[in-house]
Amino acid sequence: MHQFPVEARGLVKTYGSFRAVDGVSFAVREGECFGILGPNGAGKSTTIKMISCVSPPSGGELYVGGMDVRKKAREVKSILGIVPQDDNLDPDLSVRQNLLVYARYYNLSKREAMPAVDEALDLFQLTEKADARVDDLSGGMKRRLVIARALVHNPRIVVLDEPTTGLDPQARHLVWQKLRLLKSRGVTMLLTTHYMDEAAHLCDRLIIVHRGRILTEGEPRALISEFAGDQVLELRMSPGERAPLLAEIQGAPGVAIEEVEDIVYVFGAPEATQKVAEHVNDPSKAFLRPGNLEDVFLRLTGRGLLD
Amino acid sequence: MSAFAVRPDLSIGAWRVWQRHRDVLLTLWKSEFVAQLAEPVIVIFALGLGLGQFVELSSGEDYVVFLAPGLIAMFAMFAAVFECSWGSYVRLEMQGTYRAIMATPVSVDDIITGELLWGTTRAMITGSYILLVAVLLNPWFHMVESPLAILVVPLLFLPGMLFSCISLCFASVARAMSQFSYFFNLVINPMFWFGGAFFPFDELPEWAQVLGWFIPLTHVVDINRGLMQGELHWSLLGDLAWIIAATAIFYWLALVGMRRRLIE
Repeated sequence: MHQFPVEARGLVKTYGSFRAVDGVSFAVREGECFGILGPNGAGKSTTIKMISCVSPPSGGELYVGGMDVRKKAREVKSILGIVPQDDNLDPDLSVRQNLLVYARYYNLSKREAMPAVDEALDLFQLTEKADARVDDLSGGMKRRLVIARALVHNPRIVVLDEPTTGLDPQARHLVWQKLRLLKSRGVTMLLTTHYMDEAAHLCDRLIIVHRGRILTEGEPRALISEFAGDQVLELRMSPGERAPLLAEIQGAPGVAIEEVEDIVYVFGAPEATQKVAEHVNDPSKAFLRPGNLEDVFLRLTGRGLLD
Repeated sequence: MSAFAVRPDLSIGAWRVWQRHRDVLLTLWKSEFVAQLAEPVIVIFALGLGLGQFVELSSGEDYVVFLAPGLIAMFAMFAAVFECSWGSYVRLEMQGTYRAIMATPVSVDDIITGELLWGTTRAMITGSYILLVAVLLNPWFHMVESPLAILVVPLLFLPGMLFSCISLCFASVARAMSQFSYFFNLVINPMFWFGGAFFPFDELPEWAQVLGWFIPLTHVVDINRGLMQGELHWSLLGDLAWIIAATAIFYWLALVGMRRRLIE
């Protein structure tokens, strides 16, 4: 009946009178990477906490691996690999011990855990650091260790809460590379992020959430062409400069216009946006670029993702 | 599950948490253990022999003999209290250890119970060490007068659990490290001084004896003293019952406090 790895229906989480998650429904398919994209405070982490059974839902239904999270917390947790937002590694233990001790929480014997731990250390390029203390690792290494820790018990579903927040670009790309590798091995992944490029890069399908609700759902590319068009014209102009231009291009065919702070966004097909660009006198103030998920969010909320 | 549920949700996970603490201790044992070996010996010499010269008890026994069972109870108490107040608070707030474990099949009740069992273990190790010191010094000071004293070791489980539970209750409501000074100054230190370890209660006015009955440490000291001196009374069963009942209450309070703290 509940055949999806993760299935939420009308999911709600309230803290007092605040509705952090306000009636969210989605289903994660076997073997896909499913994204929850939204700004800080959208309810992403709260959703993850309910899925990982550390925070009980206030309403709605939530099934993980076909099991009700309210009734089967231990069983649900045993098929999940959780990568939390902050690196809560065990500072009292070495890198290898972190993995071994964690595997033991999943009731893996030392003999079962050892090969899995060595493989995870190797996969995440941490073998050399196996005996180091956690505090001596760089931010990127800690993140990789947290991801490795979530994989040692061979989970059916890996849940990642903002896996690259706070990492430098190089460390970020290494993490992405590892996540793509997991995906190619057929691991079902659910990840939250507020980076649109991360979502576009990794996710097969995603939902965009805002203030506890789902704004839209779909494949990244399809969402971009539906809401942002294929090309976006960015006009960086002061309000004084932009007024005459806006009057001129108002009602131009095939474009949508959005003003956010000091930037005017013009969304539409390449020919249409190109035409608008021709109206701009100072070309240094006009930028044409492909649409992205940030634009989708912008179109749907009238504001940016990262504020 | 309601935060106030009476029946704990326990599994082998509690043991896994205990194993984690054991592994950490085995890594850090030099700093954790070696430094602590000297203190009980110093106290036996300073108080038992130094101060003891000037103390004449109405029972006629040497002060150091009177003091030894109390020292075992007291040091065991401190071992449990340190582990489950500061130690647990660091794991709860600073290191995020509990939250990391919560994502695994280990339940909150398992985590709490594992913490308490570990605090108990620390108390048993410390108490047993002091008993051993007393036995080794026996040819000179006769602190252990009965082979029943060996029963002190398994029975340390109960005070270990009790003081761990009391400490974890406080840790579950503490909002900052500095708040533990309230716990130590208002709960643990009074218990240390008035818990029947340093002076006999039976010659104090009745109100003081009644007050003493409410101090958990008193009952532990009574049991240790009875076993080490080989003088068993029925009243020791009362002490045992007191400790078990108090442990049950504080165990439940620790569970409720930590569930409320950890489950959002």
